[in-house]
Amino acid sequence: MSVDYMPYVREEKLPHMWCPGCGIGVVMKSMIKAFEDLEWEPEDTAVISGIGCTSRLPGYMKVNTLHTTHGRAISFATGIKMHRSDKHVVVISGDGDASAIGGNHLIHAARRNIDLTVIVNNNHIYGMTGGQYSPTTPLGAKASTAPYGNLEPAFDLVKLLIGAGATFVARGHVGNGRQLASFIRKAFAHKGFSFVEVVSNCHTQFGRRNKMADPMNMVNWISDRAVSQKKWENMSAADQEKHFPVGVMFEDTEQAEYCERYEKLIAKLREEQPA
Amino acid sequence: MSENGHGVKFWPGNIVVAEAAVAAGCNFFAGYPITPSSEIAHQMSLLLPRGGGHFVQMEDELGAMGAVIGASLAGAKALTATSGPGMSLKLENLGFGYMVEAPCVVVNVMRGGPSTGLPTHPSQSDLMQARWGTHGDHPTIALAPAFHQEIFLETIRAFNLAEQFRMPVILLIDEVLGHLSEGVVPPERDAYEIVERAHDSGEPDKFLPYDVTAGDIPPFRPYFDGATWHTTGLNHDETGFPTTDAKHIQQDMYRHYRKVLGNRDVIDKVEYYMADDAEIGIVSFGSTARAAMAAVKQAREQGVKVGLLRPVTVWPFPKDQVYEFGRDKKYLIVPEFNLGQMVYEVERAVHFDRPIKRVNKVGGVPIYPSEILAAIEEVA
Repeated sequence: MSVDYMPYVREEKLPHMWCPGCGIGVVMKSMIKAFEDLEWEPEDTAVISGIGCTSRLPGYMKVNTLHTTHGRAISFATGIKMHRSDKHVVVISGDGDASAIGGNHLIHAARRNIDLTVIVNNNHIYGMTGGQYSPTTPLGAKASTAPYGNLEPAFDLVKLLIGAGATFVARGHVGNGRQLASFIRKAFAHKGFSFVEVVSNCHTQFGRRNKMADPMNMVNWISDRAVSQKKWENMSAADQEKHFPVGVMFEDTEQAEYCERYEKLIAKLREEQPA
Repeated sequence: MSENGHGVKFWPGNIVVAEAAVAAGCNFFAGYPITPSSEIAHQMSLLLPRGGGHFVQMEDELGAMGAVIGASLAGAKALTATSGPGMSLKLENLGFGYMVEAPCVVVNVMRGGPSTGLPTHPSQSDLMQARWGTHGDHPTIALAPAFHQEIFLETIRAFNLAEQFRMPVILLIDEVLGHLSEGVVPPERDAYEIVERAHDSGEPDKFLPYDVTAGDIPPFRPYFDGATWHTTGLNHDETGFPTTDAKHIQQDMYRHYRKVLGNRDVIDKVEYYMADDAEIGIVSFGSTARAAMAAVKQAREQGVKVGLLRPVTVWPFPKDQVYEFGRDKKYLIVPEFNLGQMVYEVERAVHFDRPIKRVNKVGGVPIYPSEILAAIEEVA
């Protein structure tokens, strides 16, 4: 089925500011597919971002959009969602924005189980600021602030979010847009905090320093390492090191959502003490 | 009701802030625990859900400020409360609030600093931070009530000014006022005004979030109100999208200043005490002004002609009022519970043309009336 993307695109803002071949476009396309599939009306939807290349995405999207401060998008989204829990609120973020400067909001929003979807475009690098290493830069990879190779182990964002209490956690990658769109759609449909890590390419800032300056080289580097969770579990430890699992990694539909808990409290207090 | 005492509440200042916020229509609070402001959060967590509003204790101060601005853009009347170290953390997102023109109220219950400083002990050392704390040029509205009845009314006024001028408003009190219990008569609902931000009522698909063709304050439309709009902490044009057009940016930054400096008749507020025939003038705000009033009274009993000007709106600083008050005084005294902040504004207001005596103190013990009286006697 063909998807009509344009109702969700601010056409007048094109061309976009991303480098040719950037992975963020695949993420945006997947989000729009999911919006259309779930029939989310643009005026009933908000997409919130922080700072970085990925955080410029909302500007191209014809929904309610807010481009906030570095790392803080989830906190703004929390205020919006609590005040209008009947609406759809999505956060789009990069790996540095979400898991370094914004890490605290990420884990606590997950713990709270507030009905937000957080999508992290993980391209393993700070792109906009000039290729500095991020919390998800692989050990040994080169970056502008790791000219001799990165000495810090990387976050596994999926494990981090499962540990923090997220009730839906998935990982996809930009080499498989169809699969990614299905994960994002499931995350949007999930009632509660949902998280999608998108393993993505920044060939300009990461690839160029790590022998993958061509976008397809970096996308292939990602695709070649992506395996299903089941396949990954059956791999030797040595093979696991060279791959990463994709799929819906965790789902819990039993736990009550935060805003629902709050609205129940309001209803209960009203019953006890009518205004 | 108040005549027979039934309407009198004996509340700590922090509780007054919370009760007044709800009276002003506040329906969202996000905060983070910090002494000596926490009782505001306690009370908001109790009151808000009863009226259908929402309270959330965020994971940090930055998040609390973010949530407040987010809720405001979705249409809420939002409050946060903190103290010095927390205010320092909030500043980046406070600047975002100025930039996107999100109405909200930020309470700073001042304690000693810098850094962790002097928890649970008061100070007035965040006066300049309120004005210049966040980076970049922006106007500030900050209110500093001195009595609990005034805290109630100024909290309502803080919300009203935030709504009217589409910007964060800071309420500055200190630990003395926050924890001191004092009689308050909460006004009946018809005794005060509640201001709502001007709403855009045009076609949703033609909505421009920063349309200032009709005035300096762009009409607001909350998220999810039929339109789809964008805003950003980047300098932006009327569409809410970033611009680097120098001319537009300069005009827009001046517009922000005009919102405040062009409306001083609504924003300014000063109070006078025994000022009519005063030869010595005291300028003092907040809890220290209470000690100054006691000192003025005692000095008057000794025959010294001394009077007080008390800024209630501390930002924008009431420079014209202080000039009028100070220009013919033989001496000005500026007691403030810090090492000298407001005195710089007073000096400028009187064109550096009057002798000024500073009375400063830090360390957590408030300035006593006797210390101000001693200063009066010295210059009398």
